[in-house]
Amino acid sequence: MSEDLDTLRDHLLTAIPAAASPEALEALRVEALGKQGSVTQLLKTLGKMTPEQRQSDGPRINGLREAVADAIATRKASLDRAALDARLASETLDMTLPAEAPLAGTVHPVSQVMDELAEIFADLGFAVATGPEIETDWHNFTALNIPETHPARAMHDTFYLQQGLDAKAGGTFDERATFSLLRTHTSPVQIRTMLQQQPPIRIIAPGRTYRSDSDATHTPMFHQVEGLVIDKGITLGHLKWTLETFLKAFFERDDIVLRLRPSYFPFTEPSAEVDVGYTIEKGKRVIGGSGGGWMEVLGSGMVHPKVIAACGLDPEEWQGFAFGCGIDRLAMLKYGMDDLRPFFDGDIRWLKHYGFSALDVPTLSGGVGAGA
Amino acid sequence: MKFTLSWLREHLDTDADLDVIVETLTRIGLEVEGVHNPGDALKAFRVAEVLTAERHPQADKLQVLSVDAGDGALQVVCGAPNARAGLIGVFGPPGAYVPGLDVTLKVAAIRGVESNGMMCSTRELELGEDHDGIIELPADAPVGTPFPDYAGLNDAVIDISVTPNRQDCMGVRGIARDLAAAGLGTLKPLTVPRSPVRPEPVEGHLSTSVTPAERGASTSSARTDVVPVEAPDVRTDDPAGCPAFYAQNVSGVANGESPEWLRRRLTAIGQKPISALVDITNYVSIDLGRPLHVYDRATLSGGLVARKAEDGEQVLALNGKTYTLDATMTVIADDAQVHDIAGIMGGEHSGVSADTTDVLIECAYFDPDHIARTGQKLLLTSDARQRFERGVDPAFLDDGLAIATRLVLDLCGGTPSPVTRAGEPPLAPRVHAYDPAKAETLGGLAVPADRQRAILESLGFVVGDDWQVTVPTWRRDVDGAADLVEEVIRIEGIDKVAPVPLPRTPGVAKPTATPEQKLERRVRRAAAARGLDEAVTWSFLSEAQAAPFGGGAWSLANPISEDLKVMRPSLLPGLLSATARNLKRGVTAVRLFEVGRRYLAEAERPTVGVVLAGNRRERGWREGKGAGFDAYDAKAEALALLAAAGAPVDNLQVMGEAGDAWHPGQSGTLRLGSKTVLARFGMLHPSLLKAFDLDGAVAAVEVYLDALPARRASGFMRPAFAPPALQSVRRDFAFLVPAGVSADALVRAVRGADKAAIVAARVFDVFTGVGVEDGHASVAVEVTLQPIDKSFTDADLKALADKVVAAAAKQGASLRG
Repeated sequence: MSEDLDTLRDHLLTAIPAAASPEALEALRVEALGKQGSVTQLLKTLGKMTPEQRQSDGPRINGLREAVADAIATRKASLDRAALDARLASETLDMTLPAEAPLAGTVHPVSQVMDELAEIFADLGFAVATGPEIETDWHNFTALNIPETHPARAMHDTFYLQQGLDAKAGGTFDERATFSLLRTHTSPVQIRTMLQQQPPIRIIAPGRTYRSDSDATHTPMFHQVEGLVIDKGITLGHLKWTLETFLKAFFERDDIVLRLRPSYFPFTEPSAEVDVGYTIEKGKRVIGGSGGGWMEVLGSGMVHPKVIAACGLDPEEWQGFAFGCGIDRLAMLKYGMDDLRPFFDGDIRWLKHYGFSALDVPTLSGGVGAGA
Repeated sequence: MKFTLSWLREHLDTDADLDVIVETLTRIGLEVEGVHNPGDALKAFRVAEVLTAERHPQADKLQVLSVDAGDGALQVVCGAPNARAGLIGVFGPPGAYVPGLDVTLKVAAIRGVESNGMMCSTRELELGEDHDGIIELPADAPVGTPFPDYAGLNDAVIDISVTPNRQDCMGVRGIARDLAAAGLGTLKPLTVPRSPVRPEPVEGHLSTSVTPAERGASTSSARTDVVPVEAPDVRTDDPAGCPAFYAQNVSGVANGESPEWLRRRLTAIGQKPISALVDITNYVSIDLGRPLHVYDRATLSGGLVARKAEDGEQVLALNGKTYTLDATMTVIADDAQVHDIAGIMGGEHSGVSADTTDVLIECAYFDPDHIARTGQKLLLTSDARQRFERGVDPAFLDDGLAIATRLVLDLCGGTPSPVTRAGEPPLAPRVHAYDPAKAETLGGLAVPADRQRAILESLGFVVGDDWQVTVPTWRRDVDGAADLVEEVIRIEGIDKVAPVPLPRTPGVAKPTATPEQKLERRVRRAAAARGLDEAVTWSFLSEAQAAPFGGGAWSLANPISEDLKVMRPSLLPGLLSATARNLKRGVTAVRLFEVGRRYLAEAERPTVGVVLAGNRRERGWREGKGAGFDAYDAKAEALALLAAAGAPVDNLQVMGEAGDAWHPGQSGTLRLGSKTVLARFGMLHPSLLKAFDLDGAVAAVEVYLDALPARRASGFMRPAFAPPALQSVRRDFAFLVPAGVSADALVRAVRGADKAAIVAARVFDVFTGVGVEDGHASVAVEVTLQPIDKSFTDADLKALADKVVAAAAKQGASLRG
């Protein structure tokens, strides 16, 4: 008996690991553990044994059954694994073939910079205001202390609308109500804001502006941002701090140096042009420091008492500052475009090159500027 | 405004060098646009003597010179016919750059003879047009001296930009006054001859600063045989336009070339010398900001009157153009005709010439507003207009006239008449109360009151003990306390203003963008995230481009060109032009969008435009052939952008009538209700595309952001999350649908079959062709059924299926067998 058992054990535990296929393994399982299987037959003999015999042979027979079952499971796993490996090996593809390119659109630099400005000024408590681009004489000029005969009107190269001329000819012209021109600056938004809103006021007003000018550095349409603060006790010192803070935040540099130069705008008094220092790095002008020279970036001043009065506010009580700045120019200075004209061409190659990812939303925590 | 350093020094006694002057000018608001020293370019050239001149052995027209430029004899080959021994001329050594030839000299052999430099002509040095021979200098010119030093070319020309408020700085003297106030020396007194004098000839020297001694000498030597000249007969009949008309006659003048000093001064600042009389008026205008006009009395008939023009009256002006005037304009006329568009430009008829012997010098005050209006109407600008419309000094008529007359007498001789003074210039004193505290409370700079007083006084203001400040007559621009603050700050130094932080607004920071702005930002970034490139295109376009979109409601009266004439009624034309340019450049896929305004008669409307052209999909190893865009791509963009904008996209109706610009069968509108059009989408009409030079099919979208319903502010809380407890069931139905029944109608009908159980229905297949009856399509719809309390039984599902089929049947669809 025990010899038979040993022989059977040797036979099965040698044959099972050597089974070449799942089918061969199954045949061995049936041979050993099937209804008529050799191990099954041995198990059946247990019932006829004497207790003593059962005590000695039982564990051996059961042990054989377990050993055979384990061997079959192990071999099965091994064969399955080999089969899977073989199938996967047959499925090999060339992983260097190109995948589908993602569709990557862009945000125009002008929009991006407008968002950056809104973010920077929101931190200083400035809301974003807007106004019409088709304006009246009064909002664009008269209320801003630029009367019809003022020489500054000639400097503006205004686009006039036929509708305004027709109203003049027909005697229905109302300086304050007849839309007669394309705004030459964003300053009329100052007027509209002061008329609609009680001080204190802190706004920026970005938008399209127009002048009849077209050469290498001018386009008939361009973008400006206006800033306006009306409050009590506002001085030129606040203006200077605001511009410094804004330009430092915009260029994300601490070494921004400003130079104020006295100038003239009819709607501010005193008035100042603001230059920002630059250095030359690799032959390019880079804003920051002042080793390379000065670049004019914006015009500013204390809001003229006549402008405040024109908006129905008491200039003895309220005063403030205003500034205006070219957005296209800011974009060029920060992101390095050297020509203005392609801004408005819609050249996809240019847009892909200078545009911004949709995900580059300017935030204070992430930095308002978007790296290349 | 250009002037030279030496000219400035006629008025300003200063030790400051050029750099300090330039820096100060910009610092006080007289922005320097350029500084140019004409001598710099000719530094290398020297005065030289030709020692010997011999014929070139190899060339008849050349000579071999021996030239001494201070360092001994040099051999120079020269082709000038006037080159000869003893001539003193201008020598350029090797290394010198000759501007008129654009070459740098070097030692070279000319026809076999070595030449060590060049003797130069006027034109070669860009000092004039003369090229007949080399420059001949006087025999006493010091050999070896740098030529710029000898010729007085080392006089820097400074160009400043004068802001429109500063008429006083349109004269060199005003600039000197500002510099003196800024601490750069002292303003020299202006000496004015007080009475008409018969002068001794003064040798070519500036006479605006004639000393009293000189004047006394002149007066005492007046000759007795002078025939008295009658004072001019002038008057003003238009005191509003011409409040004051002063004039003086000078008889017996000789109008030749101006003296060297005057010609050089004018030439240096880019003015062409014409004749002594004309040059004098230009000189006084630039020197003192005082425009004048000189008439040839031989051409006048009767006296001169300042009056309103008659409507339609014409004058031939000095620029050779004829201007038609109207009754708002002031003119100077005699009995016969108009001689001057007052304060703007003189007439051709009475201008002075070489033959002029008797002149009338006009020194008038014209009202700035009148001048501005006339100039604007006539589209005529001039140096005189620029000064008069900014407001010349009304107190400087007598002095200006005396100085001009004196110059005429000095340079042209003649006998002066007494002065006629018609009318009165506006001389009412302008006084403003000023509080010196304002320098700090407005200007942000604490300046001691004494210092403020000193600054204002140095600029010509009269400051009373009570701080009543009288404005100088030449500062028409100063109109109140804020202007006085500006004067103080700009002279004290605006750079000294210290930055002061704006106080933070108390309370919780609120969003500073309006809902409209937030909407535009979302839509813009959604579009870019979908692969569209944002363009910014012109707000104006041609009438022809606007026409298919309803035409432009606003047109420019003075467009840059016909292509940029009307304000756009749609964003698509600009994008289509950009698309055409891109395709021409070889771009194969165009996905452009723009967020901007369209300009309608009633308002400016925020809008998004999208244009899709070229390949939607490039050919590829997986996808095979490439594919173009179709109307459904446009629809997808429209819905995506509307979803980003927060529109209720599931409730929108798709309707037709996109408009003439669109493919009539492949376009539509997306509407909220049946009236509010939120977007147009589809393929564009081929005839529209042709106008933009586009060949292939182009898909487009226009989303009207202004038409979107405002989003209700609902706070931050979301409703509780309650997923259905039971799993939904899907069932497919294939319908045979007659043509003309839209997929949308079928799906809506199916969805409506049981509003409680059917939560979704969507088309997943559309098929026409073999096996489908003509005039019909097979449309397969997947219906999602959601049990609520208990799972569906077979009977429930059967009943629901019957409802779906019945609802579809009402639309004419039948279940496919």
